[in-house]
Amino acid sequence: MTKAPQADTPTVSTKLMQVMTPNGKVVDKKFLASMPQEDIVRLYEAMLVQRVYDERMIKMQRQGRLGFYLACTGEEACAYGPAYALEDKDWFYPAYREPGIALWRGMPFQAWVDNMVGNCDDPVKGRQMPVHWTAREQNIVSISSPVGTQIPQATGSAYASKLRGDGAVSICFFGEGTSSEGDFHVGLNFAGVWKAPAIFFCRNNGYAISTPYEKTTATEHIALRAHGYGIRGQVVDGNDVLAVIKAVREAADWARQGKGPTLIEAKTYRLAAHSTSDDPKGYRLEKEEAMWRKRCPIKRLKIWLEKEGLWDDDKEQACIEAASDRIIAALQVAESKPHPELDTMFNEVFADVPDHLRRQHEALQAHLESGTADYQPR
Amino acid sequence: MATMNIIQAVNNALHLAMSRTDDLVILGEDVGKFGGVFRATVGLQEEFGEDRVIDTPLAEAGIIGAAIGMSLYGVKAVAEIQFSDFIFPAYDQIVNELAKFRYRSGGEYPCPMVIRTPVGGGIRGGHYHSQSPESVFVHHAGLVVVAPSNPYDAKGLLLAAIESDDPVMVLEPKRIYRGPDHGKNWGNHPLGQVPEDYFTVPIGKASIARELKGQGVPVTILTYGAMVHTCGKAAEMAAAEGVDVEIVDLRSLLPYDLDAIVQSAKKTGRVVVANEAPRTCGYAAEIVSLVMEHCFDWLEAPVTRVPGYDPPSPYPLEFAYLPDAGRVLKAVKDVAHYA
Repeated sequence: MTKAPQADTPTVSTKLMQVMTPNGKVVDKKFLASMPQEDIVRLYEAMLVQRVYDERMIKMQRQGRLGFYLACTGEEACAYGPAYALEDKDWFYPAYREPGIALWRGMPFQAWVDNMVGNCDDPVKGRQMPVHWTAREQNIVSISSPVGTQIPQATGSAYASKLRGDGAVSICFFGEGTSSEGDFHVGLNFAGVWKAPAIFFCRNNGYAISTPYEKTTATEHIALRAHGYGIRGQVVDGNDVLAVIKAVREAADWARQGKGPTLIEAKTYRLAAHSTSDDPKGYRLEKEEAMWRKRCPIKRLKIWLEKEGLWDDDKEQACIEAASDRIIAALQVAESKPHPELDTMFNEVFADVPDHLRRQHEALQAHLESGTADYQPR
Repeated sequence: MATMNIIQAVNNALHLAMSRTDDLVILGEDVGKFGGVFRATVGLQEEFGEDRVIDTPLAEAGIIGAAIGMSLYGVKAVAEIQFSDFIFPAYDQIVNELAKFRYRSGGEYPCPMVIRTPVGGGIRGGHYHSQSPESVFVHHAGLVVVAPSNPYDAKGLLLAAIESDDPVMVLEPKRIYRGPDHGKNWGNHPLGQVPEDYFTVPIGKASIARELKGQGVPVTILTYGAMVHTCGKAAEMAAAEGVDVEIVDLRSLLPYDLDAIVQSAKKTGRVVVANEAPRTCGYAAEIVSLVMEHCFDWLEAPVTRVPGYDPPSPYPLEFAYLPDAGRVLKAVKDVAHYA
């Protein structure tokens, strides 16, 4: 474990925290030494597997098998790092680009894939579009499409854990585009006033769908805003999973000591499109993408692992093939399952189904039985 | 039994609820040290501490967003929005987040909590202290909405809301918080006899605020909140003119008590729906529609609305703007004498 900053006064550091450069050169040997090697290998494998999953999912969306997908390509370290760094009791509020949190913390893989299809075993019962999963057992809160809403919610959970004195922290994730939302401001302001044990993890990936950073933000670093809320701020290399782990652990230590929240700004880049509904060629230069490909979080770790004799081409190939087989098989299983039952449309709107919804359910049932309905169950 | 006004009943309910568990907090603007701008939370911070009765920064989205996070975590929040007119910065958190958490998470993350907020006109507050926004919250699936009209229900419904497994909005009729203006603008005094001990009023059940006397042409008034008292005054006036009024206090706007609505409408065949909120797409329109769907064959006259007018509430013309007993009386007589 790294030591938390000594002073009680929150400070903002805009110096890029790094453990490993894009060329795989170690610049923080002390932190590296604190990490078990087998864990680094596991993290590498997990991120590589995620890259394969994302590529396969996008292909399958193009084949019309998924309605929608949203990859985290290039930003894998921003999910796997925090998932690794925090404890089981901690709470996670993801945006929609952190599947690594679910898969690292043990959400069942098939359930994650079932969510992409919206079948009867989808944890959210087909009530949201793909990539909006939930994982209660892992303390990962349900995902919303409107951005930033999870920020004040994470503040509230952090406050509740402080009130109970259970030592948990709440972390929430969002992009730099979301930091323009009012919920960012209220969430961080409340957390600062309450010294809530919260971590606000901003993935600065350069774009809010098509709109570049400089069109949404006049400050050089999102992390600088921490100063205005009286909380810690830290800039970290978001493509360096070890640095992300270090930054999150420091923030968690700070929070668990009762010193309040931290705003982490992870400098990264969205190598893929925002989602399957856009094409980055329309809004950014390939030259820029190529530059960031050289800083890929997976690539740098691979260079280091190979140098240490912990990884080789055979392992790489086997890992990719296994992941590819796994995702294809899981999707086939997911596709073979029926839609959720009709009553899932009407139940769990409230704790109990009220009469007016029961009447609407009956009306729909009658309509479907009439043979004139558009909908055909699968 | 004690004699209480609505504010005292709310305060009493919060005291009882906070005493029953440590996993309950109250938060909002000025609710702590000051006890709330309407004094509903007086004495609570003294008794339960600053950590559980929280003076928040001035940001409604933050109040509701944080309250959601607390409630998801298992510490139930009772959030006060100082005036319902100020609730809209939190609209997204309420309708897209709070209302949807149980559903969108496949039941994994229910989010039971309470929002208390004063509604309605009559306090000389101009447009931004007078609105009745119930229809928009009823419209977005996932919120229970209740609207007490008297101290007994204010306490019982609030305690039921705190017990509920759903998110509940309690719309408190601010113009009768402390008893009425003793001027001539509205009817019965809302001081009431309220048990000091814990009790709940069931959500989803209407009450009969005035029964038929058996003399004159029977008419049903369906109403809620402060308008129950305006309608009470109209009923007295109508009785003198040979019209016998039953007043159904809906109490719970969602879920609503369809049985009570239908039972009264079928009994009288003549129905007036009265509320303060603007006419177009207002809550009264839904109630009229329900009566048409379920009671058409029993109706002796067209179902009539006495809602507020559509424009924003004006400051000096407030008592021309608000539905008064005279307007209710006119509607009652129209349906009573419809041929």
